[in-house]
Amino acid sequence: MSDSVQTDELKLTPLNDLHQSLGGKMVPFAGYSLPVQYALGVMKEHLWVREAAGLFDVSHMGQVWLRPKAGESLEQVCLALESLVPQDILGLKPGRQRYAFFTNEAGGLRDDMMVAKTHDEDGNDALFLVVNGACKDADLAHMQAQIGDALDIEMMDNRALMALQGPTAEAALAAHYPEVAALTFMQVGWFDGPLGKVFISRSGYSGEDGFEISVAGDQAEALARALLADDSVEAIGLGARDSLRLEAGLCLYGNDLDPETSPVEADLVWAMQKARKTGGAREGGYPGWSTIAPQLAAGPSIKRVGLQPASRAPLRPPAELYADEALSQPIGRVTSGGFGPSAQSPVAMGYVDASFAEPGKAIFAKQRNKAMALSVASLPFVAQRYKR
Amino acid sequence: MKFTEEHEWLRLEGDIATVGITEHATVQLGDLVFVDLSDAEGEMSKGDTAVVVESVKAASDVYAPLDGEIIESNEALEDNPGLVNEDPLGQGWLFKMKLANPGDMDALMDEAAYKAMTE
Repeated sequence: MSDSVQTDELKLTPLNDLHQSLGGKMVPFAGYSLPVQYALGVMKEHLWVREAAGLFDVSHMGQVWLRPKAGESLEQVCLALESLVPQDILGLKPGRQRYAFFTNEAGGLRDDMMVAKTHDEDGNDALFLVVNGACKDADLAHMQAQIGDALDIEMMDNRALMALQGPTAEAALAAHYPEVAALTFMQVGWFDGPLGKVFISRSGYSGEDGFEISVAGDQAEALARALLADDSVEAIGLGARDSLRLEAGLCLYGNDLDPETSPVEADLVWAMQKARKTGGAREGGYPGWSTIAPQLAAGPSIKRVGLQPASRAPLRPPAELYADEALSQPIGRVTSGGFGPSAQSPVAMGYVDASFAEPGKAIFAKQRNKAMALSVASLPFVAQRYKR
Repeated sequence: MKFTEEHEWLRLEGDIATVGITEHATVQLGDLVFVDLSDAEGEMSKGDTAVVVESVKAASDVYAPLDGEIIESNEALEDNPGLVNEDPLGQGWLFKMKLANPGDMDALMDEAAYKAMTE
């Protein structure tokens, strides 16, 4: 009985009927019922995305509009958001998005997200945030408490979000919205057509070229079915989403990123623009700067790295990492891991003491009470193929 | 052939049982990418972890279905774990076990009872 009670409490996305009709194997994820796989299975779904295109339901993620208050400017919205993130939001060009993250006072990560500078459906200048489903309520409360007086915040609960990823994604989506072909990686815009007015970014989390599409909930299934009618497009579940992002070296919040881990430790300095770093035009000024600044200067004591097992055995979290085969000197932990269908080998990520972070370094993991040989590997495991 | 609630099958010849996982189990697990046979040896009590089968997404334990001694494991799976998916009741067998009490087989499910359980 407890299972059915739990299922009843799960939220459903606007694509739930579609998942059921396609035979999706539904699991609880971030408070929603979502498909972990369809009939193809995780392995074939993963490979399909790298070869053709896959459609993912990511409607559990939070879609948030930040708008200026009456009589105020988008610049003030950007500066308000900058007080919570280490990114240059003011300098983000209109029509583009960038990867960002909320930090906490200790310099740890509250959530990661995409921030787009654009306009809303009515043409008002605005920022559009896509945050993690499991964090979205806390993110909303955090923004309301910290910057709610300076801007208007609206979490959209009536929209679906789907990702179309893979080398044939452009052709499949351009059949309905021809202008998307002109977008390059991380560009965004509104597009209108017979299937509805949609907000599209050329981005995703598979390492492949692709798009994320925000659509009104009541138009989502028709759009998804139209995309799936293309022979090159298959519905893809959460299982393949995880193996695809891991091969691409992308972090999963809650696994690879958490409130105890700083962005410097997480090797996300590339996502912190110089305007917000030491000596920049708007240096610091976000939670945790006093912890993060010295890490930027001197380097972190631990660092996120790729991990390549020596054998065919997958290495999975939360296995501990050691310097020696006797497993006497602990140096870190595994945060993500599994089998990479495109890499054709096990792939993993984790944190190690900085002195062990050099690619090629031979280390060991403790899994099922045995020592497992592995080496530190450079990320990604499979080259990203974004349209630049 | 007999079946367990943990979705294993056993085929007895003399006092040696060949053990594998059912087609139903392989469908639930998905494509296997690794079969860890390193613990599949020696004396086992019913319920001990004998083998770990790994899919892209997860690792799952396969238990000793009865008391006995594992005398052989299917080394072909080291290079080709997909045999378990392709032929779960044949070439995808996992290990052979000399049963402490072959009569224990009688308490396991027959095919009709197993089918009823999985429907």
